[in-house]
Amino acid sequence: MTRTEFWQGNTACAEGALAAGCRFFGGYPITPSTEVAEHMAAKLPKMNGVFIQMEDEIAGIASVIGASWTGMRAMTATSGPGFSLMMENIGYAAMTETPCVIVNVQRGGPSTGQPTMAAQGDMMQCRFGSHGDYSIIALCPASVQEMYELTAKAFNLADRFRVPVFLMADEVIGHMREKITIPDTVEQVPRRELVKGTLPFKPESNLVPGFPQFGKGFGVHVTGLTHDERGYPCATNPKLHANLVQRLVDKVELSRHDIADYDVINPDAEQVFIAYGAPVRTVQQVIHDDQDQDAGLLRLRIVWPFPENALKEFKNARRFLVPEMNLGQVAREIERHAKVPVISLPKLGGELHTPSELKAALEAGG
Amino acid sequence: MSFDDWYRQDRLPHIYCAGCGNGTIINCTLAAVDQMGWTKEETVFVSGIGCSSRAPGYIVTDSLHTTHGRAIAFATGVKMANRDLNVVVFTGDGDLAAIGGNHFIHACRRNIDLTVVCMNNQIYGMTGGQGSPTTPKGCLSSTTPYGCVEAPFDLCELAIAAGANYVSRWTSYHVKELEKAVKVGLETPGFSFIEALVQCPTAFGRRNKFKQVADHVEYLRAHSLLKAKRDRMLEQGETVPDDMYVVGELARRNRPALGVKL
Repeated sequence: MTRTEFWQGNTACAEGALAAGCRFFGGYPITPSTEVAEHMAAKLPKMNGVFIQMEDEIAGIASVIGASWTGMRAMTATSGPGFSLMMENIGYAAMTETPCVIVNVQRGGPSTGQPTMAAQGDMMQCRFGSHGDYSIIALCPASVQEMYELTAKAFNLADRFRVPVFLMADEVIGHMREKITIPDTVEQVPRRELVKGTLPFKPESNLVPGFPQFGKGFGVHVTGLTHDERGYPCATNPKLHANLVQRLVDKVELSRHDIADYDVINPDAEQVFIAYGAPVRTVQQVIHDDQDQDAGLLRLRIVWPFPENALKEFKNARRFLVPEMNLGQVAREIERHAKVPVISLPKLGGELHTPSELKAALEAGG
Repeated sequence: MSFDDWYRQDRLPHIYCAGCGNGTIINCTLAAVDQMGWTKEETVFVSGIGCSSRAPGYIVTDSLHTTHGRAIAFATGVKMANRDLNVVVFTGDGDLAAIGGNHFIHACRRNIDLTVVCMNNQIYGMTGGQGSPTTPKGCLSSTTPYGCVEAPFDLCELAIAAGANYVSRWTSYHVKELEKAVKVGLETPGFSFIEALVQCPTAFGRRNKFKQVADHVEYLRAHSLLKAKRDRMLEQGETVPDDMYVVGELARRNRPALGVKL
């Protein structure tokens, strides 16, 4: 039996993680994500899980990566300043192909910025924040329901592609309370184990190697240095490094249309909003109010890897309108793929776009 | 079984310079691990960045060679997620006491069931000999070309003050004592910290008037002061010279520990 609750977004995120089998949380308190940690602290000890409050966010993500190597589904949650601290070990997770889930309930930046106000200013940081080339997956919830569902989905993607997966929420969605329907069960796709006798970093046909869990006798050496398929450091071989990094990117990017998760609303529209996270809510209101159905919406649940084929669903599109709570971070990515003008509708300050602001943008393109 | 059985033979030869003290410490640690009767499947080595941190790569067990200073934070995740694993951390003075200082003291405070072996060569060896938080006053390094003016950390006092259950210090001269100390560390529930002063002929000895490796090892021997003797000196009101390293078992207690096997 499904059941209905009235939950805060951050609670839904924690519950979605637990339903997905997450049994390890390592983190550090930070507004506006703290309720995720608090909920995990209350629940995990009763479920044979582990909650540990670490000394900083660097240690938080480090503990998550360590836990993940024991085969556990593991996560952390943070916001801008903590996210910046995590970048070092996020690169380590990418290089070592460690599945993990990082929740970022975004607030206004840069620096300490606006702790209690919403933003989407970390969208480029989650894609490119650590040094070197790599690829990740980023999901953007626009409701409390999606805080639950997309968090659960994040664990399956992390295990399937062996990458850090980001739930890029924002303060509005994290702190909003609304009705949520809890399903009976949540699909769990387990990590594929390494076939004994296979080299630990030799990829299978999907470019992802099987997982050699610690404690199972694989005797695997895991290093952030450039490594060969045995996992051994091999940091001065140019060809080996190029192949490894290319594979880390390709295993995500070549599957981007398979990973993609979006809704197409009013595909015949000439003016099309593209939105993710909280701004989706304002666009939905504008479309609801728009009797003539002039406006369309491409509503992205996964922003990275960017699903550029989704743009082709709008055959009549004259303009793409991209409301974001930043200065146009994803708008520029859309511009790289779009054949028609892309209008960035940035909003800083921590408040949502108002319906009248978006209606004005539609009318300007009348 | 002997310590030799724990080496990953296909990774040898290692990267350590001729005369380096790290191999001695790794041998002592593996000998102690071997005496514990632990299996390779249930043992994990974790490290950060630096010469000492390359050790896990030469060991046949599962191992995690992580980011600079963060080894203990990663090891905390491994141990908390699976208490049945025996988790040993290799680190160095720069890794542990500079960039990783905060993780070190918090792991001591938590008294988490890890054994941390620190190869303290008092210098950044891998990057070519920069001063570290344990470089003695007056010593030369590439970033203290006029002599180090800062006071060094006493890593063991730090561990004791922060709450570790077991703390001990020896040098690369004291092979038998060190092996025994690591074994006690492995046996003791909670956080065990073993500091081993080691010679680094390439980055430290060369700049600091140790023409021969043996000269440096002899210096470490001659400047070791047994804890019992230090305590007697203090009792008698004598001054302990500040160029002496107090060696021996410096703390052994039974504070409640985190992450102990159930």
